[in-house]
Amino acid sequence: MPQFTVGEKVRVLSQWPPSPPIHCRTPYYVRGCSGIIERYCGDFPNPEELAFGRKEPKNLSLYRVRFKQRDLWDSYQGGLSDMIDIEIYENWLEKL
Amino acid sequence: MTETRDHEHSHQHSAGHEHPTQPDQDDSITYFKAMEAAVRDLLIEKDLITAEQIREKIEQMDARVPANGAKIIAKSWVDEEFKRKLIANPRKAISEFGHDIGPLHLIVLENTEKVHNVVVCTLCSCYPRWILGLPPDWYKSRAYRSRVVREPREVLQEFGTTISFDREVRVHDSTADMRYLVLPMRPKGSEGMAEDELVPLIGRDAMIGVTEVTI
Repeated sequence: MPQFTVGEKVRVLSQWPPSPPIHCRTPYYVRGCSGIIERYCGDFPNPEELAFGRKEPKNLSLYRVRFKQRDLWDSYQGGLSDMIDIEIYENWLEKL
Repeated sequence: MTETRDHEHSHQHSAGHEHPTQPDQDDSITYFKAMEAAVRDLLIEKDLITAEQIREKIEQMDARVPANGAKIIAKSWVDEEFKRKLIANPRKAISEFGHDIGPLHLIVLENTEKVHNVVVCTLCSCYPRWILGLPPDWYKSRAYRSRVVREPREVLQEFGTTISFDREVRVHDSTADMRYLVLPMRPKGSEGMAEDELVPLIGRDAMIGVTEVTI
């Protein structure tokens, strides 16, 4: 069951495992940043296990998280309401 | 199909004239090309798949073209009920067109007077291939992937697309299991046009979100 609900404020973990050997789907530019849960997308096999061909990878909840562009980039020149939506797995999110 | 020219000069040949030779483009065997050929040969040798199955798959992939997406968009412009279904349950709606998207999930992003959507995959090149075919080279380029998330308005401008500051630009980074199709706004002046007349107006780039549809 998904741990987070739509509209909830979350933060992406500020973790920097060496890559490689770690494979993950969390881009550097959102690590440590805060956003809002836009939707729950379903449960999917953990890509960090899939990448290494592990048998029966654990399913993880996947969300789309919405960030304000101005929270991501200090020098952002676009509109105040510009946003970016990114898919993030639950193991990379913490409640704020 | 693009036309290729094999001559850089006009075609008035006379005796003793030599053609300048053009280098072949297919003679470099890179690491990954060699690996692909080796794995393919092994799979065939071990009777796991046949050469014919590989050929068929390539044919299927090549048959996927952006016009498939354009037909879906055009229908949603003329049929409100279909549009509602397309946004609520894209998988089911596009199955009416005979497209099976497999285990992946599609999200349809509707452009409005308030929001303009644009899609990128910063980590690789995730793209709704079943309905748009192969992604364009620029979609896979490091420049597009790194820039459109941090300066989307400048990148859109370079595609000739100006989004006014009172409209939100919303970038979608396709990092995992979702794929995205932008539903562009129906262009002004197209009110009287029929569904099949609208289809050719809708290009691939508008369904990625780097352009808007115009007449």
